[in-house]
Amino acid sequence: MELVELSCDAQLEYLNNIKSIKLFTDKVIEVNSHPLKSSNAINTMQINVGKVCNMACKHCHVGAGPHRTESMSQEVMAKCLQVLEENNFKVLDITGGAPELNPHFPWLVAEAKKLGRHVIIRTNLTVLDLAEYAHLPEFYAEQKVELASSLPYYSEKDADRQRGDGVFHISIKVLKKLNELGFGKDEGDLKLNLVYNPGGAFLPPSQKSIEADYRRVLSDQHGILFNNLYAFANFPVGRFLSFLHDSSNLQRYMERLAAAFNPATLNNLMCREQISVGWDGYIYDCDFNQMLGMNCSPKHISEFSFEGFQEREILMNNHCYACTAGSGSSCGGAVV
Amino acid sequence: MDTYYNPADLAKFSTMGEEAPELWKKFMAYYGAVFQEGALSAREKSLIALAVAHAVQCPYCIESYTQDALEKGSNQVQMTEAIHVACAIRGGASLVHGVQMKNVAGKLAF
Repeated sequence: MELVELSCDAQLEYLNNIKSIKLFTDKVIEVNSHPLKSSNAINTMQINVGKVCNMACKHCHVGAGPHRTESMSQEVMAKCLQVLEENNFKVLDITGGAPELNPHFPWLVAEAKKLGRHVIIRTNLTVLDLAEYAHLPEFYAEQKVELASSLPYYSEKDADRQRGDGVFHISIKVLKKLNELGFGKDEGDLKLNLVYNPGGAFLPPSQKSIEADYRRVLSDQHGILFNNLYAFANFPVGRFLSFLHDSSNLQRYMERLAAAFNPATLNNLMCREQISVGWDGYIYDCDFNQMLGMNCSPKHISEFSFEGFQEREILMNNHCYACTAGSGSSCGGAVV
Repeated sequence: MDTYYNPADLAKFSTMGEEAPELWKKFMAYYGAVFQEGALSAREKSLIALAVAHAVQCPYCIESYTQDALEKGSNQVQMTEAIHVACAIRGGASLVHGVQMKNVAGKLAF
């Protein structure tokens, strides 16, 4: 299958041409929260180290896959680490693509840990079953990183429909290995969190309810333990936006998100306490804005100053409805 | 009217409140309360609603509760089993009325 990814302009045109919903910005004005500003503290630096991935999931907002070549250089990583050191960001959150496929990734993790930062790695699990990367679970345990692992459902059929044949089986194998290393236990500091996302154009269930289902099935059928389950909404960005458009689900899905708009989520949106850095060093409010080319100003990590980014105005578009629907959605799951 | 069932009509459900607003208000308050988490979870109630939607063969309800069941975290295996429950009760209800046939036939026959 040849993967053709939409340009940023094409994505924004799709998002802006849904006439049956209010513009997200107007909705924020309506609830007296405009302009939406980041807080005066920045807790998290999220770095997308590249779009290269061993998989090509149907819901991927990055449009990541084996066909991509974008990958963060060590020079840009060094600049990120400098900003991390000079400012009081507590958390480094590393995502991709599959971050493990960036050749400088182990160096980035080790350097951030030397700075005493909490490191979160968003892993697709299957990359850890490839011979070249099979040593990384031990490295993760040594470095005491927190893992956020994609597992979109607790049954093979549903998970594989979204991520590809055989992926569930490999994911289970890798989760068992991570459990053996001590990840996912109640006691100890090796956190293993799983990530649910809907298998199509519908909203996620309550995080608490689906977490209980995961815990029961994964424990009973596979003996797997994990710390928390995060329920993410699918974002109308990247490959999922293409799916919505091509399957004629876009308008209905956006209407569903807009109808579920919950102003209580606005105070806890992840964009308010983080910056997001792309593979080429450009800075955004979040990974979704990154995939839509919605740059912060100043634009590049080499121009970063804390004063320039605290209480900045968050850039918004209709995709933001996915963060504010129902209980909300963030890289840490539901927000209210 | 091209068809008795138009998907766009689902969004017009609330127009049923126009001529009898008090009854509509009471119905909607009751409806909302029924689907709250209770002794049964919201997910279980959604699966029951999906099964009943098939028993009463309401296309509006089937569309709504297919989406709702997915958004409560159910999968298609669970949803299909729920529909089989409706099917078994419908089929069983027909079959058990065969006893009435047997009663009548028994009375009429030599």
